[in-house]
Amino acid sequence: MKIHEYQGKQLFAKYGVAVPKGQACFTVDEAEKAAEKLIAEGSPVVVVKAQIHAGGRGKGGGVKVVKDGAKAARAVAEKILGMQLITHQTGPEGQKVKRLYVEQGIEIARELYLGLVVDRETRKIAVMASTEGGVEIEKVAEETPEKILIEFVDPTVGLAGYQARKLAYGLEVGKGTPDPKATNAEFVKMVTKLAELFEKEDCSLCEVNPLIITKQGKVIAGDSKINFDDNAAGRHKDWDSLLDKDEEDPVELEAKDAGLSYVSLDGDIGCLVNGAGLAMATMDIIKHHGGNPANFLDVGGGATKDQVTKAFTMILSSPKVKGIFVNIFGGIMKCDVIAEGVVAATRELGLKVPLVVRLEGTNVELGKKILSESGLAIQAADSMADGAKKIVLATKAA
Amino acid sequence: MSILVNKNTKVLVQGITGSAGSFHAKQCLAYGTQVVGGCTPNRGGETFSGEGPGGKAISIPVFDTVAEAVKQTGADTSCIFVPALGAADAILEAVDAGCKLVICITEGIPVTDMIRVRRSIEGKPVRLVGPNCPGVITPGECKIGIMPGHIHRTGKIGVVSRSGTLTYEAVGQLTALGLGQSTCVGIGGDPVAGLDFVDVLKLFNEDEGTQAVMMMGEIGGNAEERAAEYIKAHMKKPVAGFIAGATAPPGKRMGHAGAIISGGKGTAKDKIAALTAAGVRMSPSPAEMGATLKSLL
Repeated sequence: MKIHEYQGKQLFAKYGVAVPKGQACFTVDEAEKAAEKLIAEGSPVVVVKAQIHAGGRGKGGGVKVVKDGAKAARAVAEKILGMQLITHQTGPEGQKVKRLYVEQGIEIARELYLGLVVDRETRKIAVMASTEGGVEIEKVAEETPEKILIEFVDPTVGLAGYQARKLAYGLEVGKGTPDPKATNAEFVKMVTKLAELFEKEDCSLCEVNPLIITKQGKVIAGDSKINFDDNAAGRHKDWDSLLDKDEEDPVELEAKDAGLSYVSLDGDIGCLVNGAGLAMATMDIIKHHGGNPANFLDVGGGATKDQVTKAFTMILSSPKVKGIFVNIFGGIMKCDVIAEGVVAATRELGLKVPLVVRLEGTNVELGKKILSESGLAIQAADSMADGAKKIVLATKAA
Repeated sequence: MSILVNKNTKVLVQGITGSAGSFHAKQCLAYGTQVVGGCTPNRGGETFSGEGPGGKAISIPVFDTVAEAVKQTGADTSCIFVPALGAADAILEAVDAGCKLVICITEGIPVTDMIRVRRSIEGKPVRLVGPNCPGVITPGECKIGIMPGHIHRTGKIGVVSRSGTLTYEAVGQLTALGLGQSTCVGIGGDPVAGLDFVDVLKLFNEDEGTQAVMMMGEIGGNAEERAAEYIKAHMKKPVAGFIAGATAPPGKRMGHAGAIISGGKGTAKDKIAALTAAGVRMSPSPAEMGATLKSLL
C-alpha cells in the first residue's frame, strides 16, 4: 500500500526526522491560507506540490516554487488542483490531482538520495545512499552503481551507529557546510530514525529523494515515498485512514475487500484461477496461444462460494471482457465450490460471452456435474493448453 | 530415496485445532504421514482424532507448547498452520524445541517478521521451508502440507517451486507421463523465506533417488538467477524449468508477496535467459513442463 508525500512526512516528523513545514490542502482557499501562514512564519518562498502516488511529479508540472506571496501561490494551486497530471509512472491518461501539499521553501546546497528496501538476497533491510539525489535511483544503479553505498541492517540490533557514519563519510555529507560535524550528526540521526521507522511501521519501501543539505548545513527530508507491507495491515489499524481510494484501481480495491487478489490488465480474456503461480501461468499460456488476458485473478486456496461468486461477478461485469477462462487445479480448493460460485454469478448477471472451464483436483466430478446441470453454455477443457486454445479461438470468433 | 522427509519423519502440527490445521492434519494422516502430535496454546491435554490409510482410527495428543510435544512424542518436524501474525513466533518456538525441519504453510506473514526469523535461525541445525508454501511430499511415504496427495507417484523426479497450484499442475503432467517424483518441495511465494532454490537443488544433487529436477520459478527477486549460477557450476543432473509471469505488468504484486517486478528487476525474461545459459531446458508454456522434463531423460 502506498501513501502520499505529506502523509509520509507526518510519519517522518513523528520519528524525529526533519521535514520542511507544510500543510495538506484540498481546496485552493486552503492552499492560499497555508501559504500565508508559512510566509508569516518567515518563509518567503513556498512550494506547491501535487499529491499523487506516482513519481516524476516535478517534471510533469505538478510541483511549483512560488516566490511572490500567497496570491501567487493561490494561482499556482488553481492550476495544479484538478489537473490530469501525467508522469512516467501514471501512464498516458495521467492521474487527477485532488490534494496539494503547500510547503516551506528550502535553500538547497546539495541533494542526496536515501532509500530503504527489503533485500531479498541477504534477507535484511538495505539502506542505500547516494550523492545522486533528485534523480531516479534505478538509473543511477544502472549507469553508475559505484555511486550507491549500501548498509544492511541486522534485525537483532538495528542499524548500528558506525554504519550510519560510514554512509555520512562516504557521501561527504558535511563537506562545505558551516559545521561539518553537526551536519554529519544530523544525517546519522536521520538514517537511524528511518531504519527504526521502516521496521516499526512495516514498510516495504521508504525513500527520501532528495535528501536536502541546506546552505546552513541542516539535513532535511525533501520528499517522502513510503510503501507499506500489505501483510502487516492487521497490526496497523491507522493504515485505513491513510489509504487514498482515488489512487487505487476501483476493481482492485473491490477485490481486496473481498479477500481476492486481482490485477487489471489490458486484454479481453477474463481469468479466474486458484493460486498465484497458476494464475500467472494461465495469463502466460493465453498469450502463448495468441490471446490477451484482461486480468490476473487468484481466488486463493480456501475461497468460499461467496468469494468465487464475487470474483466471477467482477469478471462478468467488466465491459472489456470478451471471453472467460476458468482454470482450477484444486488442492485445498474444492471444484464444486468453484462451480457453485460460477453458476450463482451467472444466474445473477447472465452469460453473454464464451466461457471455458478447466477443472482438476478435489471433487472434480461433482464440480463438472454442477456445471453441466446448470444448462449454461460452457465449453469444458481437458487441460490448461486445451482450455487456453479454446478460449482464444472463441474470443476471436465472438 | 528422497530429500527432507520420508516414512520415518515424525510430524507435529502447530495450529492443529484451527480449521486449516485440523483439515490438513487429517489429510496428512490419511496419506500415511506419521503425525504424532499437535500444538495449540491453551488447548493442551485435548486429543485430536483422524483416520490413517484404510480408515484406521488414530488419536494424537495436543500440547500447549512445542517443547512439551517434542519431549513426549519424539517429533522431529513441525508443520505450521498458525495465523499470519502469530506464525513467526510459531516458527521460533519449533526451532527452539529442536525440530530439525520446520514447514510453514501460513500465507501473509509480515516481511519484517521473517527478516527477524531468518536472523534468529542462522547457524542453528534446522531447515525452514516456506512460509506461504504448499509443503513437502515424498510420494508414498510422507505428505506434510496442503498438496493433493493422489496426484503424486513414487519416482525419481525432484520438484521444487515457488508456487502451490503450479506445482500441482507440473506434478499432474509428470504423473500423466509416467514420471513419478522423489520429493516435491514448495519453497513458497514470499520475498523472505527459508530454503531457496539453491538449497533444494543441492539436496537433489546429492540424493541418489533423484534423477532429474523440475523447477518452477516466478517473477520477482533473483532466486532463479542464483539457482542458475549454482546449476552451471555444480549440478550433475538435468534440470527442466518454467518461469511464471512473463506477461505480468511491472510494479504490481501478482498474488504472492514476492511476485513483483520492481525497478525493472526480477522479470521472467531475465530469469529464463539466466537459466537457459546455465543449461536448464525451459518449458515454452506451462502446459509442457512435464514433456520438457521428459525430453531430458
